[in-house]
Amino acid sequence: MIKLSNIRKAYNQGHENEYWALDGIDLNIKEKQVTALCGPSGSGKTTLLSIIGCLARPTSGRVQLKKRDISGLPERFLTEERRSTFGFVFQQFNLIKGLSARDNVMLPAYPVGGDWKKLHERADGLLDSLKLGHRRDARVEWLSGGEQQRVAIARAMINDPQVVIADEPTANLDTALSREFLTILEGLKEQGKTILLTSHDPLVVDSEVVDKVVNLRDGRLVKAD
Amino acid sequence: MKIWIQKQQALIDFTLASLARRKLKNAGLLLVYTLIVFLLASVMLYTSALRHDAAAVLKNSPEVIVQRMVAGRHDLIPPGYLEKLGRIRGVQKKEGRLWGYYYDPVVKANYTLMVPMAEAPGAEKVADANIVVGAAVARERGLVPGNLISFRSYSGKLFSFTVADVLPHAAELVSADLILLSEADYRAFFEIPAGHYTDIALSVANPQEVRKIASKLSEALPDSRPILREEVLRTYESIFNWREGIVLVLLSGSILAFAIFAWEKASGLSAEEKREIGILKAIGWETGDVLKMKFWEGVLVSLTAFLLGYIAAYLHVFSFSAALFEPVLKGWAVLYPRFELTPVVDGFQIATLFFFTVFPYTVATIVPIWRAAITDPDAVMRG
Amino acid sequence: MLFQPAIIALLLASAVSVLMLAAAAPFALQLVRHWDIRSGSERQLQLERRTYLMSTLLSFVFATQLLALLLFVFNADKMSVMFVGAMCAVGTLNANEFGFPALISQIGVFFLAAAWLVVNHADSRAYDYPLVRVKYLLLLGMLPFVALAFGLQLEYFLNLKADVITSCCGSLFSGEAKTLTGDASAMAPQQAMILFYSALALVIVAALFNVRQPRGGYLVAGLSGIAFVAAMIGIVSFVSLYVYEHPHHHCPFCLLKPEYDYQGYWLYLPLFSATASGLGVGALQPFARIPSLATIVPQLARRLSWITALGFALFTAVATFMIWNSNLILLEG
Repeated sequence: MIKLSNIRKAYNQGHENEYWALDGIDLNIKEKQVTALCGPSGSGKTTLLSIIGCLARPTSGRVQLKKRDISGLPERFLTEERRSTFGFVFQQFNLIKGLSARDNVMLPAYPVGGDWKKLHERADGLLDSLKLGHRRDARVEWLSGGEQQRVAIARAMINDPQVVIADEPTANLDTALSREFLTILEGLKEQGKTILLTSHDPLVVDSEVVDKVVNLRDGRLVKAD
Repeated sequence: MKIWIQKQQALIDFTLASLARRKLKNAGLLLVYTLIVFLLASVMLYTSALRHDAAAVLKNSPEVIVQRMVAGRHDLIPPGYLEKLGRIRGVQKKEGRLWGYYYDPVVKANYTLMVPMAEAPGAEKVADANIVVGAAVARERGLVPGNLISFRSYSGKLFSFTVADVLPHAAELVSADLILLSEADYRAFFEIPAGHYTDIALSVANPQEVRKIASKLSEALPDSRPILREEVLRTYESIFNWREGIVLVLLSGSILAFAIFAWEKASGLSAEEKREIGILKAIGWETGDVLKMKFWEGVLVSLTAFLLGYIAAYLHVFSFSAALFEPVLKGWAVLYPRFELTPVVDGFQIATLFFFTVFPYTVATIVPIWRAAITDPDAVMRG
Repeated sequence: MLFQPAIIALLLASAVSVLMLAAAAPFALQLVRHWDIRSGSERQLQLERRTYLMSTLLSFVFATQLLALLLFVFNADKMSVMFVGAMCAVGTLNANEFGFPALISQIGVFFLAAAWLVVNHADSRAYDYPLVRVKYLLLLGMLPFVALAFGLQLEYFLNLKADVITSCCGSLFSGEAKTLTGDASAMAPQQAMILFYSALALVIVAALFNVRQPRGGYLVAGLSGIAFVAAMIGIVSFVSLYVYEHPHHHCPFCLLKPEYDYQGYWLYLPLFSATASGLGVGALQPFARIPSLATIVPQLARRLSWITALGFALFTAVATFMIWNSNLILLEG
């Protein structure tokens, strides 16, 4: 599904504080699997995740998505790719304050256009399936942490992506809520979604939902033992 | 096309929601913006209405007026001049006019005393010993039709008149200080012998011939000066435009201040707003989408400010007689005409006003908006 | 110079357009020199982001130019009172030798900006932005024109002095005057009508053909240009006469006035949009063979050709309707 070859990414290129967050990554992510990226902070997990999710372009190396080279695409097309293929759940949930849960869920669909009424129905359906139907008109800042995460998940699913990307999904959740998240994850996997997440939470990494664990350190892959 | 419209609808929807969420911040901008539109629109509406009224008044005045000059000063037309003019081709009608100024010590103001032309409105009411007065005169002296009023003439004699009528309010800009009286009364009051006139009015049917006629006039009567209506109109136009321009330049400081303010507002995005744009970009909005969203925001803000400011200016000028800058732009007469301007609105004005308000706002916000829109999509993850 | 709001506004708008493009020029140069779509370097990312600013700026200049064009004509009309002999906008524009050149250069800038935006639109749809270099070289090439338009306008307004005796539209178009516009109306209505209808028919047919087989881009663009000129000649030499119902009133601007129910907008809106899109079709043609544009250019060219054909057809219909409805008889049956 996604193939990375010799990916490198530099920040502050050409300046004194230049540093390479990723330094030659080769990786193959299979369809309909749950892959977890592990590693200490600063190991390049998030950078790698954002390159895979078309949020950023590698400085060098090739990214192939469904056999198509996307590493040289300008941001405009990368965004189109991202919108249709990926759904994101961020560590801080990154919901927009002041808007209702439903409005937040619909946000990624705005630039696509499409029927307003159908979009509403789709958003309500997603919130219902995540047991949030009764909270859909509530402003997101009034929701609890677990509810906020479920809104973020619903938002990730609104454009019906093939791949769901989650950055440290359990970092802000207690154990009970983390388990709940894993249940949702299982559901997504059953729906046939490819899932990619970063985590250093053993609860997630050791869970049986996860098919493959990739370890990173200093911008390089650590050989799996 | 349909998708494009749906997309714009969605973007506008979001823009409205986010404007509503930051009411206080946007209210400040809107207030300043509206104020600028209000100021400029007031100046423009006011001068244009004055110009319009002046032009409307001039429309009924004769095409050419001939004055006699003695030692470079305007003097009475002696008897025989009307005949001396003879027949000039293109002149439909020629008529001697009688008018003059009278200083009324009671209200410490000058009146214009005038014998109405034969077919002018109100002329039939001006019988001997009767006068028709302008609205400001009536107001100052507390006159209503039927009242008796006396003036002491320059030679010291006292004359009494009955007020036959008060001139309509509508034309107050020019008739405020006017008193219409009969020819016999006029000649008696100012002691001007029969046959003399203040000046001569000519009506010309074809505007193309006016200048030719003027040159013939100066040939026939070398000691006279023809004044053309189009020249008066032109002078009015220049003066009003010039005054309007001056006021605008004086206001340009405030336009600049407004542009800087708009720039500040657009570039000094709060951390919250920056984060929001970051989120939007991360979840699949493109730089172009953010730009479009911001564009709609600008359109909505500008439109609101423009409408509010323009309506306020309209009310200010036409319902409250431009109370704020009456003294600056109006004439210098002592008897202030308390007139209501005829509302005039035209596209030309709105287009000009647009260039002085929306244009600077847009120029000031383009670069800051672009800066905000190019936030890294992965900034949210790195933050 | 006459000191009044509309003139200040026009000069301001023009100056800002020049300044914006001039400020963008160094960036455009950088883009031309360092553009490398394959690279993921930070400089390339920065350059890519700058393209957004550039297209926003150009769209803005385009919109400004459009509004300024209207204001310019309105203003000329309003000011005619201030010039002896000037009855309408033509007289004002004729008050000195820069009036008409200023107007024409402004129309030119408008069409140039439109063509650039068409090319930009096509380019930004192709995944590898194949026209970036061309586009920004064109942008640099446009700068002198925008500056020229500003210069002419400035000269025109600086040299305006009220009371200069000017010829009004009556004498300007009377046929004795050996100026360009004079020649236009010196053309007999019959000849002008033949030119008018044949040029319009040709461009409509060519545009319709281009909708089916988008290969004749240059032809459509060339014919659009010719049709635009023929349309203006037609308006000056007979359409306006029919509208004013006056055999010697040739003014192309009075049509826009409320006295004539703003009929001019019905003529000029379709005419300008049709010409702009027709020229756009031509601007796209050289890039049809670039692989990444292979599907985009024909698609866009088709759509623009549609607009061209419809616009010119609408223009012709409106003009014909005006003639039909008029009480004036120019050509004896």
